[in-house]
Amino acid sequence: MSLLHTPPNRPTGKSVQLMTTCLCDAFYSDVAKATVEILDFLGCEIELPDGQTCCGQPAFNAGDWANSRKVIRHAEKTFSGDKPIIVPSGSCAAMIFHGALLAFEKEEDLPAIKAFGERTWELVDYIVYGLGITQWPGKFDAKMTFHRSCHLRGSRSPEAVNALLTSIEGVDLQPIDEVEQCCGFGGTFSVSFPNISEKMGELKIENLTACKPDVVAAGDMGCMMHFGGMMDKQGMPYKRMHIAQVLRDSLKNAGKL
Amino acid sequence: MKSKQKIDLVARDLTNEVHEANFIGAKMKSERRYAALGRDYADPDKLRETAGLVKQHTLEHLDKYLEQAEASFERNGAKVHFAFDEDTAKKTVLNIMNEHGCKSMVKSKSMLTEELELLHYLEDQGKEVIETDLGEFILQIDNDHPSHIVTPIVHKNRRGIAKSFEREGLGDYNDDPETITRRARAHLRQKYLDADIGLTGANFVSAESGRIVLVTNEGNARFCMAANKVHIAIVGIEKIVPTDQDLGLFLNLIGRSGTGQQLTVYNQFIGGPKLKDQPNGPEHMHVIFVDNRRTEVLASDCREILRCIRCGACLNVCPIYRQSGGHAYRSVYPGPVGAVLSPLLAGNRFPELADLPKASSLCGACNEVCPVNIPIPDLLLRLRDKAKREGAKEAMKGTPNLAMWATMCSQPTMWKAALTMGHTMNHIPTQLIPHPSAMSWQGTRKLPKFEGGEFRKWFKNRK
Ligand code: SF4
Repeated sequence: MSLLHTPPNRPTGKSVQLMTTCLCDAFYSDVAKATVEILDFLGCEIELPDGQTCCGQPAFNAGDWANSRKVIRHAEKTFSGDKPIIVPSGSCAAMIFHGALLAFEKEEDLPAIKAFGERTWELVDYIVYGLGITQWPGKFDAKMTFHRSCHLRGSRSPEAVNALLTSIEGVDLQPIDEVEQCCGFGGTFSVSFPNISEKMGELKIENLTACKPDVVAAGDMGCMMHFGGMMDKQGMPYKRMHIAQVLRDSLKNAGKL
Repeated sequence: MKSKQKIDLVARDLTNEVHEANFIGAKMKSERRYAALGRDYADPDKLRETAGLVKQHTLEHLDKYLEQAEASFERNGAKVHFAFDEDTAKKTVLNIMNEHGCKSMVKSKSMLTEELELLHYLEDQGKEVIETDLGEFILQIDNDHPSHIVTPIVHKNRRGIAKSFEREGLGDYNDDPETITRRARAHLRQKYLDADIGLTGANFVSAESGRIVLVTNEGNARFCMAANKVHIAIVGIEKIVPTDQDLGLFLNLIGRSGTGQQLTVYNQFIGGPKLKDQPNGPEHMHVIFVDNRRTEVLASDCREILRCIRCGACLNVCPIYRQSGGHAYRSVYPGPVGAVLSPLLAGNRFPELADLPKASSLCGACNEVCPVNIPIPDLLLRLRDKAKREGAKEAMKGTPNLAMWATMCSQPTMWKAALTMGHTMNHIPTQLIPHPSAMSWQGTRKLPKFEGGEFRKWFKNRK
């Protein structure tokens, strides 16, 4: 139950720019690879702007808007053109089409930043509502839970994820309790509020694993780095996958990739 | 764990008992809210959006609606006062009491009176003041203050309350909730009769008709008025809505959002003192409109917070509030709404409360439940920006410095070098990730393996 923040009339089409996200650039290269592989499968032509770094969110959330604008300006220049920009992260996508507008509301180059946001899609949102694909021809025998990361609020990504996952042969998507509750990451929040962040993480892990799933999936590696890092420290056995990895592996299992 | 943030430390140090009371209370109300709205409306978001627009419109024309409200109240025979600040508001109440020769006041729940610390002021002036809302009454005898704007004693349990009642001579120790309520009721009945003035707040004010609207579940506000000759309604200027018709929307939302009730038990519409032919009711009604920095908030870039109808839904759903409880916010308004409103209402004491907007993972659950669709996370972010620009130390505690990171992120060569170097030097360039102090994490989380540059290489070489 949330009102939409996503810009209307974003460009669609299969010629796209890929924003890897800094986390996948530094830590989760397979998530970025999976994203490329499924976009390839869908027949997209992918451009990977070489100068890309980060979306500017860390400084934005920390209240350091001057430094955040520096990074956002750089991103806007790096992703010039009019192609759809695809991001395998609800959080970075929302930063660009929503957060950046706040950071620039008193700046002269707001129109350029706005136009940047109006081309930006979270990956699954793009697949389902940009390309109109609602069935995923994969196969994946697993009981699964999905962490609806907070920055998917205000977008149709949760419905999109639900549509694709439930259409995959063999996926048993289980509902989780308190789906609206945050996992406690919040970027620098988890550094400056470590006690609360950890308690939130514990509750989230409890809810995500209550049904003893084979796979815990999410659409944001930020959340996964936080609660996944806690799960690893506690030696919890659950396999964790980004939604792009689930989509890619399901195609492999079905012999389509 | 060590922490520099006060709210985080309060959460860490809460006793299990209090933590549980806060947590369960909040979770239960969230669930009830969700059920009530979902059951009754196909698309509650549309209602929230509309209610937000009505309130926003009213705020943007507040001067006009205040004038209209004043005229309507006077037409109905009520007297209207305006109080620009805390002092004037308190003095206005005192003057009215003196003018009518009143010594003893019964009052119903009002967050504004908490904001003004009215009770202590009147007591210092030699008046007797009795809180008649059960929760507030318990806070009064305990010399405590609310930790929630709707359920003020959510942090307490019945054993503690039973002890307080015993101490106050309200009967032997008995922690049965019904017995506690009966005892409070018996005690308060006489107080209503003994008092000579009743004070209430107002949940809404209709500018069109000059009516205040009060919603309660205990009916105590009615008693405060019924038994007395004088009624004071003390109201924040943001409580106005344009017309009676608008109330349908708000009354449908406030109960469902706050407690999951379709409608609160008592809903009163009071348009002035009693008419000549009415057998009873107050002969005098005074309406005090209080500003107390609200026009400052209206002029700021956080004005949307004034739409708030104090339903408490954002507190109940907030994962931070659930862990820390309301007192952690060190101010009258806790939770997400408080994290925005309290620092703003603090005026030049803003720096002291500048850490409140930091106490959020910006998850947006508050916005999602807010019946007037206040973009709370956006407002928290604006206040973080303000705190940073003004160098408020409380806010910055524990937040890493991001200047180096920003430089690296706006220079691709540096960025790529760092990605590669991370490997060769066998260290994680924590500056790179949205987690500039990732090292501080390591006690409780395992960090991911560094794979900087791998994807780029793969992408270049793929067919
Ligand atoms: S901000 Fe919204 S949700 Fe929070 S108390 Fe006010 S009206 Fe209710």
